[in-house]
Amino acid sequence: MIDFDYVRANDVGDALSQITKHQAAKFIAGGTNLIDLMKEDVEQPTRLIDITGLPLNEIHETQTGGLKIGALVPNSDLAYDERITKRYPLLSSANLAGASPQLRNMASTGGNLLQRTRCLYFYDTATPCNKRRPGSGCGAAEGFNRMNAILGWSKSCIAVHPSDMCVALSALDAVVNVAGPKGDRAIKSTDFHRLPGDTPEIDTNLARDEIITAIELPSEEFRRHYSYLKIRDRLSYAFALVSVAAALKIEAGAIKSARLALGGVAHKPWRAPDAEQSLEGKQPDRKAFVQAADIILQGAVGFAHNRFKIELARRAIVRALEQAAAGTPQSQSVKVIV
Amino acid sequence: MQGKPQATSRPPERSLPPKLEVGLHVNGVERRVVLRPWTTLLDALREHLDLTGTKKGCDHGQCGACTVLINGRRVLSCLTLAVMKDGAKITTIEGLAQNGELHPLQTAFISHDGFQCGYCTPGQICSAVGLIAEGRAKTSDEIRELMSGNICRCGCYPNILAAIEAVMQGAQT
Repeated sequence: MIDFDYVRANDVGDALSQITKHQAAKFIAGGTNLIDLMKEDVEQPTRLIDITGLPLNEIHETQTGGLKIGALVPNSDLAYDERITKRYPLLSSANLAGASPQLRNMASTGGNLLQRTRCLYFYDTATPCNKRRPGSGCGAAEGFNRMNAILGWSKSCIAVHPSDMCVALSALDAVVNVAGPKGDRAIKSTDFHRLPGDTPEIDTNLARDEIITAIELPSEEFRRHYSYLKIRDRLSYAFALVSVAAALKIEAGAIKSARLALGGVAHKPWRAPDAEQSLEGKQPDRKAFVQAADIILQGAVGFAHNRFKIELARRAIVRALEQAAAGTPQSQSVKVIV
Repeated sequence: MQGKPQATSRPPERSLPPKLEVGLHVNGVERRVVLRPWTTLLDALREHLDLTGTKKGCDHGQCGACTVLINGRRVLSCLTLAVMKDGAKITTIEGLAQNGELHPLQTAFISHDGFQCGYCTPGQICSAVGLIAEGRAKTSDEIRELMSGNICRCGCYPNILAAIEAVMQGAQT
């Protein structure tokens, strides 16, 4: 870890003015990813601006019938909040599928969105990585790429976004509230993370002088028909090989609307509107689910060690949609998949 | 500060940032430490306060050996900067025994043989204290899941689970 100095921000305006003044500064909240990356010399900020004193740690009702989650709400508080468990159980479930209780106690909601990839080559400073050192090449494409992308990758980068929570936020059409020197703005969660393209060093559409203040959940909740199914190498405390957030609205035996988002397969949570539309009006059965899986996985291309993810994702999508349709979401404690 | 700070190459003549004074309530005792901003809570406990019960395993948030309680919540001290916890109440393994009596979890780990080498044990026990205080785990599966942040390289998981279950059942009766 390089040396850095440490300051505290008193409010959002103070935080913005401090980050503008110091180009190599970074905000710190939970620190669970940033401190690790600093120990690895992947991140080298010369100043940390502590934002944990900002008044962004509450969950409020919105005027449109949704919820507004402050950026500093710890992941565990979010996962167990009664308003979330009752009204947005998909978000609670995805949250509890990630990390460990200790990390969830520390990590903030806003910071979860800003997690960086766990690609081995991003972490290993002795290897090339276009995300860490633009222009140096991609170590993963020809290297060990079991955990890497099958969708939306580019020649520059085949990393995946590691978050579980963000997959649920994407499926729920959440909105990220942001403050910056030019004022406040809202970014759809589906537009928040980027595909790598030629600039894999840029993970998100948040500018470096902006700060996340809250996540807004719209009024559509999916209380009954949902499932978050995460497939990984260990049953707990491991990143996803493939994860699926599925949510359905079923009326009179037919699917009225569907949401489907994938984790562990791309540089951002992967949504495909045409796959969701293909389910509308259909009976919630295996045939429809297989068709939706085929659509969302169109164009999936794997590498030497991760081609299995394509078939794994297809089966996980069908299973998650079956769980959602039956109203029997995947348990995050009992890991038997039924 | 001299020169223009850059992410990759830094001027060698840049002086170190100042040390900061931090107040920590550790195991009920007010302690003051003077340290650089990058000192983790784990290093502050072990190197500055000689509380070496909290263990450094991976130092990257992957093993749970460094688990302590901050204001009653279990966290990883290796990924916590001490300067960010000024005024916080910290409980480590050294703070669990009361009036010369071991904490019930310490007793249960001994009677259920919940360790072999013992290196992960302080983190396991602090994590289990947090788990019981949270009150979310009711079944064996739930205890296993909510203790998954604590790795035991000796593989003592069945006995760790038995120790925690014994204390939880004792607490209910």
